[in-house]
Amino acid sequence: MFDIIKINLKTGCATIPIQAKSKKEFSVVGNELKNKIKQLFGGRSLHVRQIDAGSCNGCELEISALSNPIYDIERFGIHFVASPRHADVLLVTGPITRQMEPALIKTYEATPEPRIVIATGDCAINCGVYVNSYAVSGPLNTIIPVDVNIPGCPPNPTAILQALLSILDRLPKK
Amino acid sequence: MLGFGKWRKSYREVHMSDSKKYFIDRICSLLKLPANSLSGNENEISALFPLDEIPFIIKRLLEMEGARLVFIGATDDRKNSKSFGLQYLFSIDKESLLILLRSKVPDHTPKFPSIAVPVTAAAAFEQEISEFFGMIPQGHPNLKNLLLHEDWPSETFPLRKDFDPNQKIKRVEKKPSNFLQVTGEGVFEIPVGPVHAGIIEPGHFRFSVAGEPVIHLEIQLGFAHKGIEKLAEGKTVLEAVCLAERISGDASFAHSLAFCQAVEKIAKVTIPKKAQVLRVIFSEMERLYNHLGDIAGIATDVGFSFGAAQMLRLRELILQKNDCFTGHRLLRGIVIPGGVACDLTAEMKNELRSFLNLLLNQYNPVEHLYFETDSLMDRIEGTGVVLEKVVRDLAGVGPVARASNVKIDLRQDFPYADYPNLKFEAAFRKEGDVAARMFVKMAEFKEAISIIFQALDHLTDEPLSVNIQSLPEGSALGWAESARGEIFHWLRIDRDGKIDRLKIKSPSFSNWRILPWAVQGNIVPDFPLINKSFNLSYSGNDR
Repeated sequence: MFDIIKINLKTGCATIPIQAKSKKEFSVVGNELKNKIKQLFGGRSLHVRQIDAGSCNGCELEISALSNPIYDIERFGIHFVASPRHADVLLVTGPITRQMEPALIKTYEATPEPRIVIATGDCAINCGVYVNSYAVSGPLNTIIPVDVNIPGCPPNPTAILQALLSILDRLPKK
Repeated sequence: MLGFGKWRKSYREVHMSDSKKYFIDRICSLLKLPANSLSGNENEISALFPLDEIPFIIKRLLEMEGARLVFIGATDDRKNSKSFGLQYLFSIDKESLLILLRSKVPDHTPKFPSIAVPVTAAAAFEQEISEFFGMIPQGHPNLKNLLLHEDWPSETFPLRKDFDPNQKIKRVEKKPSNFLQVTGEGVFEIPVGPVHAGIIEPGHFRFSVAGEPVIHLEIQLGFAHKGIEKLAEGKTVLEAVCLAERISGDASFAHSLAFCQAVEKIAKVTIPKKAQVLRVIFSEMERLYNHLGDIAGIATDVGFSFGAAQMLRLRELILQKNDCFTGHRLLRGIVIPGGVACDLTAEMKNELRSFLNLLLNQYNPVEHLYFETDSLMDRIEGTGVVLEKVVRDLAGVGPVARASNVKIDLRQDFPYADYPNLKFEAAFRKEGDVAARMFVKMAEFKEAISIIFQALDHLTDEPLSVNIQSLPEGSALGWAESARGEIFHWLRIDRDGKIDRLKIKSPSFSNWRILPWAVQGNIVPDFPLINKSFNLSYSGNDR
C-alpha cells in the first residue's frame, strides 16, 4: 500500500493535461471532442468497436496506446467496447483479407444504426503494401460504406482522436 | 594467478577449437561433404540430398547431434529444373551451426516423405507446403488446412510460379470444418473469435470444457493471411524491405533486420561498424517497449491496474523516444540493405543515456511491487505450465522457450550485428509457467538497457551505410532475435536481381502450436493470462 502511494506521488499526473500548451494538439482535440459528444448525444459517450481485418498489428498497438495513462481517452467520453452491438463507431484496420471479409460483414451488420465506419491506417484506405494480393479483398470502402479515413502507417494516437472529432462534425446537428 | 588464468584460457581455446573441429568433421562426414567444407568463421553448412535419404539424415542429426528444426521451406523450380525444391533448416545451438539440407521433388509426382512423426515440429511446416505448393507429405499424421480456410478452392496453390498473385480467388462451398471435438457427458464447446472482445488481432478459438477446466483447445488462424511471401516475388529488395517491416507491426525492426542481413550476405558486403551498433540499439529499443507491454498485459488480466498503468506509461515514453530519435514510433524505415538510414547525434546519445536511467529508476519500484502483490503472484505461479519436452518437440523459441529451460537466443548462439562485442546473459527459468515467462521478460528488459548502454560506447564516426550496386544471383539466410524469439528469412535472388522466393519464419509460427499445451487443464478465465504471457503475433504467423 505504502509502495503504491510512494510511486504515485513520485510519478505525479502522467496524463497530458487538458489545458497544457506544449501537448496542445492532443488535449485541444480531445476537449473539442468531448463538447461535441455532449452537444450531439446530450452527454452520452461514444462507444467504439475496433475490428482487425488483417492488419500487421501496428494499428492495434497505436489504438490501444490511446487507453494508456498518458492519452487516457476515456476522459473524453470515448470507450472501447467488447461487442459490436454496443458500438456507435467501428474502427476498422487492415487491408481486409479474403478470410476476414465474412466476419467483418457480420460484425458490421450486428452494429446498430446509426453506425459510423472509420478506415484506420493506410491498409484499410488503399490496402497499403498488400495491394493486389490474392489474399486481400479490400480496401474497406469496396466492402462497406466508409465515413472517415485516418491515413498513416500506423496513424499516431492524436491522428486517431482527430478523426473521431471530424466524424462528429459530419453528423446532422441535433 | 594472472598467469594461471591466461594459461587456462589458452588451453580452453585450443581444446574448444579441437572439439569443434572434430564435431565439424563428424557433421561433414554425415552430410557426405569434404572435411574442410566449413571455413573458420562461418556457421552455415549446406548439402543436397536425394529425397529418400532425407528422413535418415534428419533422424541422425536429431538423435546424435541434438539438432533443432528451424523451418522447412519449399521453392517452385519447375521452370529451370523440372522439380520443386525443399529446404530443411536445422540448428545445433551449442555448437553455433546451422545446417541447410536441400532436396528436389520431381514435378510429375510432387510427393515427399513426411518427417512429422519423429519430428513433431515439422508437421505444421509440411501442412503449409502442401497447402501453398501442392506437394504431398506422405505419411503425415494430420494433413488439414493450416492457413487457408474451408472456402478456398482445391488445386489452387498460391506459391507455385504459375499462380497469378493479383487474381481474386472465388469462394467455393465450405467444406465441413475439421476441428477436433471432445464428446462426453457435461462436455461443451466455447467458440471465440475471430472478432475478439479486446483490441487484438483475429483468430478463432474453440475450447472444449467440462465445467471450468479446459480439456482441449483448437485454434484456427489464417484470418490475417495477406500473401506476403508471394507479394515479395518479383520485387526489388528495396521494395521488399517495406513488406518485411509489415509482417508483424511490433517486430518491424527485427523483421526488416533479418531481411536486410540476408540481402547483405547475397551481395557479400560488410556493413560499417556504426550501422551494426545502431542496429543493436534499435533492436533493443524494440524489445524494451514490447516486453513492457507484455508485463503490463499480465497485470491487466489479473485486475492489477496500478501496475499495468505504470508499465504502459513507461512503454509510451519509449515509443515517444523512438519517434523523437528516428521519426517513427515503431522504428520503420531505419534498416536498409547496406546499413541504417538514421543516425544518433552526440546530443541524442546523451539524451538516450539519461532517458534509460530514468526508465530504469521508474521501472524498478513497480517491478518490486509486482512481486509484493499476492493477488498477482497467486494467479500467475503454476498457471499455464509448458514442459521442457513440449518446447523441444514443437521447436518453441524466444522467451517461451527460455522460460521452460530451453536456452536458445540467436543473439548469443549466432551473434549478428554488434552482438559479438557485447556482454550479456540470456535470462532463463525452469518452471515454464506464466510467472516464469514474465520473469524472463523482466530480466531481458533490464539486460536490454545494459546492452544499449554498452552499445552507445561503441558508436564511432563512420558512414551509416554502404551502397549495394547490384545483386548477384544466389540465396542466403538472415536472422534476428525479436522480442518474441527468433526470426529467419531465407531469400533467393534471381538473375535480374529481383526476389525469386522469400521464406519467412516468424517466432509465432512455432509458438502458436505450443499454446494449446499450455492451456490444457487450466481454467477458462486463465486463458487470457496464458495467452498474454505468450503474446503471439497473428499477423506474423499468417503472413
